[in-house]
Amino acid sequence: MSGAGLALPAVPTRGQRAWRRYGLAGIGAAIVLGWLLVALLAPWIAPYDPDFVDVANRLRPPSAAHLLGTDALGRDCFSRLLWGSRVSLLAGFAVVLLGALFGTLVGMVAAYARGWVDEALMRLTDLVLCFPPIILALAIAAALGIGTTNTVIAMLVVWWPKFARLSRALALVQRGQEYVEAAVVLGLRPARILGRHIAPNAVGPLVVLVTLDVGNAIITFAGLSFLGLGVVPPTAEWGAMVAEGRELVEQWWVATFPGLAILTVVLGFNFLGDGLRDWLDPKARSR
Amino acid sequence: MIRYVASRLLGAAVMAVLATLVVFLIANTVPGDPVLAQLGDIAASNPETVREWRAKWGLDLPLWERYGLFLRGLLNGDLGTSIASQRPVLEDILQYAPATIELATIAFILALAAGIPLGIAAAVWRDSWVDAAARMVSLIGVSSPTFWLAFVMLALFYGGLQIAPGPGRLDPIAFPPPDVTGLFLVDSILAGDWEAFHDAAAHLVLPSIVLAAATIGLITRTTRAAMLEAMGQDYVRVSRSKGLPERFIVLRHILPNALIPVVTLGGLAFANLLAGAVMTETVFSWPGLGRYTFRSAAALDFPAIMGITLVVSVSTLLVNLLVDLSYALLDPRVRR
Repeated sequence: MSGAGLALPAVPTRGQRAWRRYGLAGIGAAIVLGWLLVALLAPWIAPYDPDFVDVANRLRPPSAAHLLGTDALGRDCFSRLLWGSRVSLLAGFAVVLLGALFGTLVGMVAAYARGWVDEALMRLTDLVLCFPPIILALAIAAALGIGTTNTVIAMLVVWWPKFARLSRALALVQRGQEYVEAAVVLGLRPARILGRHIAPNAVGPLVVLVTLDVGNAIITFAGLSFLGLGVVPPTAEWGAMVAEGRELVEQWWVATFPGLAILTVVLGFNFLGDGLRDWLDPKARSR
Repeated sequence: MIRYVASRLLGAAVMAVLATLVVFLIANTVPGDPVLAQLGDIAASNPETVREWRAKWGLDLPLWERYGLFLRGLLNGDLGTSIASQRPVLEDILQYAPATIELATIAFILALAAGIPLGIAAAVWRDSWVDAAARMVSLIGVSSPTFWLAFVMLALFYGGLQIAPGPGRLDPIAFPPPDVTGLFLVDSILAGDWEAFHDAAAHLVLPSIVLAAATIGLITRTTRAAMLEAMGQDYVRVSRSKGLPERFIVLRHILPNALIPVVTLGGLAFANLLAGAVMTETVFSWPGLGRYTFRSAAALDFPAIMGITLVVSVSTLLVNLLVDLSYALLDPRVRR
């Protein structure tokens, strides 16, 4: 009964379904993996020493010798771009992983202890959350002095609260879930309940937040660096490279490519996080 | 309701004061020394100058006494004196705030005007190319570093195509409209100065697009998710079975319900805009709070940073309070 007025949506093929479900996350994962490889292999694939100054060849446009041109000191922009991935990725991962670790610990302790401990920890969390992170991070980074480690520390101070909030909420929710009881009644082994029922529900949102957040952290770190509060000058870092090319509108390549690098790596993490969210959230999955 | 608002306001006040304490402690327990940042190497090598300077700014007093002084000043509406500009911090903030308020308001309106329709379209034509395009736009917006986007826009539309004005709020040779609110758009209308209005509006275009970019994504995604949530409700099925036109269902039934979560996003978007303002204003030489914040931080001007922190955290807390209240107003179920 193929009703003439009833236009049934075409049933997607297996391939189309897989593409819809994993496509974006797959592209994201590929981009992130690509940049990780670049960061790992930078010393071998960079055609020049990133800090080699060649004033005779300053501000040359992109060419075969210098794929992305040279900057105001004649340094090869392509090599600096490749090396810059190391600082950005490392800082991004360090901030998010350490922040998530500390925040989750605070949140779990709060949820487990209840009472005044919970109250005190959550008020502390609210306190840090009430200023826009960039302003506090700016103040701390300025006070600590420039340097990658100091900037990461400054960001950590403002980074953990969201993880504390989320992990506390997750821990509270999972404690009294009916599906946990149901699984127990069904006689499933505790390991299976933990691994297949509780973990996917509790960890999913955390994994999504961590993934989306690495991109966030990379942008913030590059931003602080752009403002001159990140890395110590000769270091190749994307935010600092954009800052170096800021006034060079004619020599657009100096600032444009490092920014594109940030955009692609952050986009990669956001694709991945977005795909993971759809994949882990059964409500969003039903399509 | 009044009790709720009062307790929230009190809580916000306590939080704001605690926030200054946090900044105060950071300012005074870290190695960075404002003496060196302000005096320079040569003057700082003279111990007499350094001691006088410290005494002048009260840096020789014990920690708690200094914080007490700050709090006492606060009660009198005095945020202290900026070390860098030598002016009262409150005066500085009042001078720079209008530029940021103007920019952020335009950016916010822009983000809503782009984000809400995009979110609606993405939800209505779910899984179509419209949805995919909306997703790409919002992800790219969220993933673009603000400072870089600002550079690219300036290089392209000002340096390259020369169809947009350069950095700043007005042409360098133009006179600002007579100061009433500090918002150039409003002031120029009040003065009937259309040339200044046009100039100020033209200068707002690029920075507000840059500032809105990250927020558009946030609003699009939230609108889409809320629309999809609302579309699955029973009243939508009832409306369909009654034969109401689809456009009517979407605009009159689904949208009002879907907009509630979007409103609660206001607080988040506000914080987003403030963070973006630091970068946008730095690149566009915009004389606002963002650039002031950055300059104060770079100069280790802690009276100024504490003042900004206080003002910003109070406004963040107030925005969040307003958001919670508007939630109650928009959703009759929350009211009772």
